[in-house]
Amino acid sequence: MLRTLVLPFVLGAVTATTALADKVTTFTLENGLEAVVIQDHRAPVVTHMMWYKIGSADEPRGKSGIAHFLEHLMFKGTDTLAPGEFSATVEAQGGDDNAFTYYDYTAYFQRVATDRLDLMMTMEADRMRGLTLSEADVETERAVIIEERAQRTDSDPGSLFGEQRRAAQYLNHPYGTPVIGWKHEAEALTREDALSFYRTFYAPNNAILIVAGDVNPDDVRALATTHYGPIAPTLGLGPRVRVTEPPQLSERRLTMSDPRVAQPYVIRSYLAPERNTGAQEKAAALTFLAELLGGNGTTSIMARSLQFGDAPKAVYTSAFYSGQSLDIGEFGVVAVPTPDTSLADLESAVDGVLTQFLTDGVDQVAFDRIKRQLRAEEIYARDNVTGLAREYGTALTTGLTVADVQAWPEILQAVTPEDVMAAARDVLNRSNAVTGWLQRQDDSSTGVKP
Amino acid sequence: MIKRLFTAALLAFALPAHAELPIQQVTSPGGITAWLVEDHTIPFTALEIQIRGGTSLDPADQRGAVNLMAALLEEGAGDLDAQGFANARDALAARFSFGARTDSIGISAQFLTENRDEAVDLLRLAITEPRFDADAVERVRGQVLSNIQANLKSPEAIAATQFDRLTFGTHPYATDGDGTMETVASLSREDIVSAYKGALSRDRLYVAATGDITADQLGTLLDTLLGGLPATGAPLPNRADWGLQGGVTVVDFPGPQSVIYFGHQGIKRDDPEFFAAYILNEILGGGRFTARLMTEVRDKRGLTYGISSYLVPQDYAELMIGQFSSANATTTQAIDIVRSEWQRMYDTGVTDAELANTKTYLTGSYPLRFDGNGTIAGILVGMQADGLPIDYAQTRNAKIEAVTLDDIQKIAKRLLKPDALHFVVVGQPDGLTTTP
Repeated sequence: MLRTLVLPFVLGAVTATTALADKVTTFTLENGLEAVVIQDHRAPVVTHMMWYKIGSADEPRGKSGIAHFLEHLMFKGTDTLAPGEFSATVEAQGGDDNAFTYYDYTAYFQRVATDRLDLMMTMEADRMRGLTLSEADVETERAVIIEERAQRTDSDPGSLFGEQRRAAQYLNHPYGTPVIGWKHEAEALTREDALSFYRTFYAPNNAILIVAGDVNPDDVRALATTHYGPIAPTLGLGPRVRVTEPPQLSERRLTMSDPRVAQPYVIRSYLAPERNTGAQEKAAALTFLAELLGGNGTTSIMARSLQFGDAPKAVYTSAFYSGQSLDIGEFGVVAVPTPDTSLADLESAVDGVLTQFLTDGVDQVAFDRIKRQLRAEEIYARDNVTGLAREYGTALTTGLTVADVQAWPEILQAVTPEDVMAAARDVLNRSNAVTGWLQRQDDSSTGVKP
Repeated sequence: MIKRLFTAALLAFALPAHAELPIQQVTSPGGITAWLVEDHTIPFTALEIQIRGGTSLDPADQRGAVNLMAALLEEGAGDLDAQGFANARDALAARFSFGARTDSIGISAQFLTENRDEAVDLLRLAITEPRFDADAVERVRGQVLSNIQANLKSPEAIAATQFDRLTFGTHPYATDGDGTMETVASLSREDIVSAYKGALSRDRLYVAATGDITADQLGTLLDTLLGGLPATGAPLPNRADWGLQGGVTVVDFPGPQSVIYFGHQGIKRDDPEFFAAYILNEILGGGRFTARLMTEVRDKRGLTYGISSYLVPQDYAELMIGQFSSANATTTQAIDIVRSEWQRMYDTGVTDAELANTKTYLTGSYPLRFDGNGTIAGILVGMQADGLPIDYAQTRNAKIEAVTLDDIQKIAKRLLKPDALHFVVVGQPDGLTTTP
């Protein structure tokens, strides 16, 4: 099948994961910093990551985008490093560095030759507490994040639609607010907003250190104790409790039209259980459900029903499940119509497929095939140690433990078709759901002459 | 205080001289060669195949034929239809991908040691016995048309397409390899079969493997997998003439930002001064935060989220291009800065410190690239397609180190042409219009 369909969805892929219990070790420093070391001695390379258990869903109301803005500002210097010197130093060592922010976490990473780990820890420890910000740097960087928002979101109807859809999905929970922030709020963020967020939440007892690559755990522990050990924790940091969703009693629907839409689509998303520590079974069943319904562009139930046959209604279908979040997961299906199919027809065809599935149940052959693929993922995942590092970082900042990560492959293998059907009946509930249509606005003035 | 410590630390580190990469050249009994890095740590093999030609082999009136053909290779082969093929592949937990690029067809495969023979046999079917069933053709054609429509409304795609169209005239490089709504709609099964016969052949084949496989096993695999391909393929394209002059082309597109795609002619990969040019571009427009364009346009002024420039040596033309986006109100200012940075580099070249830092970065980061079976196989196949020797990984850093400040100043005068820079601007930029 064609792999590069140009569509603006975030798709849930099968989580690459692997137990690797013999290659993963952990320790905790006295100040509360938790650390995970993943050994891979194939190349003299190390990935050093610092994950903070703070994301956009932890922002004060009215300050949306501050977690992401602070992430940018973390490169603007400390008492000992000039603005930009952090990245310049990493680059001068032949390394790469960057950072990313999501609903539940903010993370910083460098990828360097193994013998540079000491220097990376020196600098990362320095900026955990030592950030200094000039008003001028804050002003300029705010312009950068507004440009980033304009590029990622405001120029892309699919992204704008995604923002509107999430806002409709969550009646109360901050997952309904975009990570990059609403534009009017992001434009008003200040230096003091960033520093106050920073002072509270950037602390060893709110962070996870991940070191992955050609290292041994004792060396990492010694280095971490030297560099991160002396940093004082934030006292009185409470548990991460966000506001919760009220019972959802009514289906929500939205339609958006934009002259820049090339390819209309219908998307339905449902609130779903997420992976929880000691309780990942429902999430495992939902992982299978997404694979069965729409995980494969040729053989999945949606593909066979909607893209094959005499009168196909869709050029593309998919199902997704994202269960790695602190509070709530999301399950969904998406379909792109063929040129002569309306979104209304396509949506009722999708509903027909879901209803039929709830009647027919799971095809055992397809189920067994997916199980074997998930088992093989454990082997392929070992090829990408940075991916494993991200897997652990995401897990440990979304309420899971190392034991949960290592148990996940076996929990997947233990899923039964009955588990999948029970999860399907629970989740495919329209009163939990938002159904969205993104459609073209026919406007001949905006086309481009080829 | 600590600042000085860092400086001392910098000096103390000994940089690895080169990437330690034990590459073997394997020649199959049937005469097909491949490069191999054996690593038995993880029980799977990554295989990369590249066949020169790609979408540039399309006849003008059949633009998109090679792309559609490549997307159909896994949609039914031998006695398996599309469903049967996908089921067989997934039952083996093998991963295949097929893609058409401007100058090549790329085939990537990863398969487990436990069922390697079955996986290779299935992949052989796709490569040598694709079916191009009528229903599969229509289904994938619909997906390609959907992509083309999306690109017609994507400012990034519009900018790149417009740049190529202005630059390359009637050469295949002037148009998108996906084809147009019209050409793709009119492709027949015969066109697709003819594209297949021309685009997959043994005379322009590059293969690399990394992982849990020995040289003998790979030799056998090569003949099984690729021995059935025809000996020769379709005639390769001619050189593309460069038709673009300096200036600005504005394409109206609604939105808060303009997308700007800019560039002029580049340099061949096998040019003796390529390494000097590569370092020059890294200092000017490398994707890193310390590159000049990133510093001037993003860090100092906040006019963009990211800007970089690239050397793109293709098989039949060479480009030096860059891309960024900026608010419509600041696009003109950002373009002026790019122009003046181009001019400053042309006039005064780089500093000793910039050259030293960039060499340290490029030589230090090179060994970090080789960090997984899939990645290594991809690098090895690219090296072969670029005509590089098998010991290239051992000598590459020395070539970087050998570049002097004089070399950089010289290549700046030769490569950079501030007046020839053309900016394609897709958006509604304030105060900017197409130059006559």
